[in-house]
Amino acid sequence: MTVTNPATGLAERAARRTTAPLARRAGLSDRAVAWLFILPTMLLLLAINIFPLIWAIRLSFTGLMANLPGAARFVGLDNYVDILTDEDVWANFQITAHFVFWTIALQVLIGLGLALLINQKFRGHSFWTTVILLPMMLSPAVVGNFWTLLFQPQIGPFNYVVGFLTGVAPSSFSMIGSVTLAPWTIVLVNTWMWTPYVMLICLAGLRSIPDYIYEAAEVDRASPLRQFWSITLPMVMPFLMLAVLFQAIQSFVMFDMVNLLTSGGPGSVTETVSITLKRAAFEKWETGYASALAVILFVTIFGAANVYVRALNWVKQQ
Amino acid sequence: MSDAPTPRPFSEPSPLARGLAGAAVVLYAVIAILPLLWIGATAFKSQSDAIAYPPKIFFTPTLGGFVDLFTVQTHQSHDFIAKLPAPQTWYEKIVRDRDMVIAGPSRVVERFLNSLIIGFGSTILATFLGTLAAYGFSRFRVPFADDLMFFILSTRMMPPIAVAVPIYMMYRWLGLYDTRIGMILLYTAVNVSLAVWLLKGFIDEIPREYEEAALVDGYTRMQAFRKVVLPQAVTGIAATAIFCLIFSWNEYAFNLLLTSSDAQTMPPFIPFIIGEGGQNWPAVAAATTLFLLPIVIFTIALRKHLLRGITFGAVRK
Repeated sequence: MTVTNPATGLAERAARRTTAPLARRAGLSDRAVAWLFILPTMLLLLAINIFPLIWAIRLSFTGLMANLPGAARFVGLDNYVDILTDEDVWANFQITAHFVFWTIALQVLIGLGLALLINQKFRGHSFWTTVILLPMMLSPAVVGNFWTLLFQPQIGPFNYVVGFLTGVAPSSFSMIGSVTLAPWTIVLVNTWMWTPYVMLICLAGLRSIPDYIYEAAEVDRASPLRQFWSITLPMVMPFLMLAVLFQAIQSFVMFDMVNLLTSGGPGSVTETVSITLKRAAFEKWETGYASALAVILFVTIFGAANVYVRALNWVKQQ
Repeated sequence: MSDAPTPRPFSEPSPLARGLAGAAVVLYAVIAILPLLWIGATAFKSQSDAIAYPPKIFFTPTLGGFVDLFTVQTHQSHDFIAKLPAPQTWYEKIVRDRDMVIAGPSRVVERFLNSLIIGFGSTILATFLGTLAAYGFSRFRVPFADDLMFFILSTRMMPPIAVAVPIYMMYRWLGLYDTRIGMILLYTAVNVSLAVWLLKGFIDEIPREYEEAALVDGYTRMQAFRKVVLPQAVTGIAATAIFCLIFSWNEYAFNLLLTSSDAQTMPPFIPFIIGEGGQNWPAVAAATTLFLLPIVIFTIALRKHLLRGITFGAVRK
C-alpha cells in the first residue's frame, strides 16, 4: 500500500476481476434472488385470489346460506342446473349483452372519431385530450351517484337541457325511473365514462402509422376515403381490438356504476349479471347459488382474459 | 379533392381541416366535462338553489354544503338560539342562520382517513411487491414465466363481486372483516398484478449492461438491484404507485361488501350522505368534489403514462 507502479495496478485490477464471482457468491445466488422476489407476490395472490376461488367452487355444490347456522348440504350440480334453466337469469344475461353491445358500439364510434380528429394536431390538442380523458379516471361508483342528481326529472340539468332542445316537458320523463329509458341510461353513462379509453388507445394506433405509407398512397393518388379504408383502419385495428376486448370484459362485469345509478331497477330492467350476483349473495344470502353463478362468470372472464393477453402480447410485438 | 395539387407536405393537414377538427373536439370536451363542472358548482349552492327549477347556473356561492358535510346539526327553536352566545366561527354562523346548532363533527373525516390509510397502505405494499416481482421476471429465467404472468393478470380481471362471497367468508373467519388491514391486503392483491405488468415494462427498458458492469465490479445481485436498477426505475415506480393509489381510492364493490363502518372508505359512504327531508345535494356534491379533486390532479400529472397504465404496459407511445 505504498507506491503503486503501473504493473501492480494492473495486477490489482486483474485480481478484482477474478474475485468478482467470489463476491457474488457471498450474496445470494441469482436463482435464490429470483424466487425471493417473485414468491411474496405469488403467495399473496394465492391467498387472496386462488384460495377463495377454490372455496367458491366447493360452495357452488352446496346449498349453503351464509347467514344461517348449520353445515352446508351437498347438492351436486343443482345450483348450476337452477341457474342455466332459470329464465330470469337468461333475461339478465340478455340485459348485460344489450348493455355491453351498445356501450362498445358507441365507444368505438365516438372514440375512434375523436382520435382521428385529435390526430389532426390542431393547436391546444394535448390540453383538450387531457380534459377528455378525465371521466375514465374517476370512481365508477361516485360517477353513478352524481349522475342520479343530473338525471333528476324536476331539478336535474339533463332533463332541462333535453327539454330545452326538443320541447319535451323536462318533468315528463325519468331517465332512471322509466322502464324503457333506464337500459339506455346505463349505456349513456358508461359511454361517457369509457369513450376516452378507446380514444386514447386508438390515438396510439394512429400515431404508430408511419407517414411514408400515406406519402406513397398520395403518390398513387388514393382518395382520402380509400386511404382510411386500406391504411388507417387496418393499422389501427389491433389497437382497437385491444380496447374493445378490455371494455367488453369491463362492462360485462360492471357493478359499481349500475348499482348506484339504477341498482338494477326499475324492477329488474337494468339488472346486469353482477347485480343478480350481488342480490343472490348479499340480499337473499343464497351463498351456494351465488357461488355457482360466480364460477360461471369466472370461466367466462378467464376465457376472455386469455384472448385479451394474447392480443396484448401480439400488439406488444408489433 | 385529392386531384388538386397539394403544396403542403403530406403529413400536415390543411388549416381548415385542422380548425374544424379542433372545434369538434373542443365541443365534445366541453359537453363531456359539463357534468363535472355542474357537480363542482352544486357543492357551492345553498340547498334551495340546488333544487331550484329551472336549474340555476348563476347563484350566490356558499360554503353551506361543506359545513353540512363535516358537521352533525340539530334543529333548535328560534328562542333557544337567540339565548346562545354569538357564533364564534364562520361555519357556526352559517348553521345558526338556518336555526340549527352544530352538535359535533360528522363521520366523513373518519371515512376520508380510511380512504387515505387504505389507499396509501395498499399502494406502498403493492408497489414494493410489484417492483421485486417485476425485476425477477425481467432479469431471470423463471420457469413458466409466461404462464405466471398470465395468471397474475387474470387475477386482475376477476370481477370483485364474484370473489366477494368467498372472501367475505374467509375474512369473517380470520377476523379481517371490516378492518383496515383486511382492505389493505385485498387492494394490494388487486393492485400487485397491475404493478408487476407495468413495472416489468419499465424495467425491461433499463439496459442490462448497467447491472452486469456492477456485478463485475463486485456488487452482489441485491446491491446491483438497489443501487443501479432502482434509481433508474424511479419514474416508472412513481407512475405505477399513482395508478395503484387511484384504484384503491376509487374502489367501491369490495369495500361495500366487506366493511360496515370501521374500515369504510368514501365511495360507499357518499351515497348515504342524506340531509333531513330528502338528499342534501350540496353536501353530496361537496363530498364528491373533494373526493374527485385529487384524481383530477393525478390524471394531469400522469398524462404521459396513462396509455401504459390502461394497457398494462403493452402500448407505450
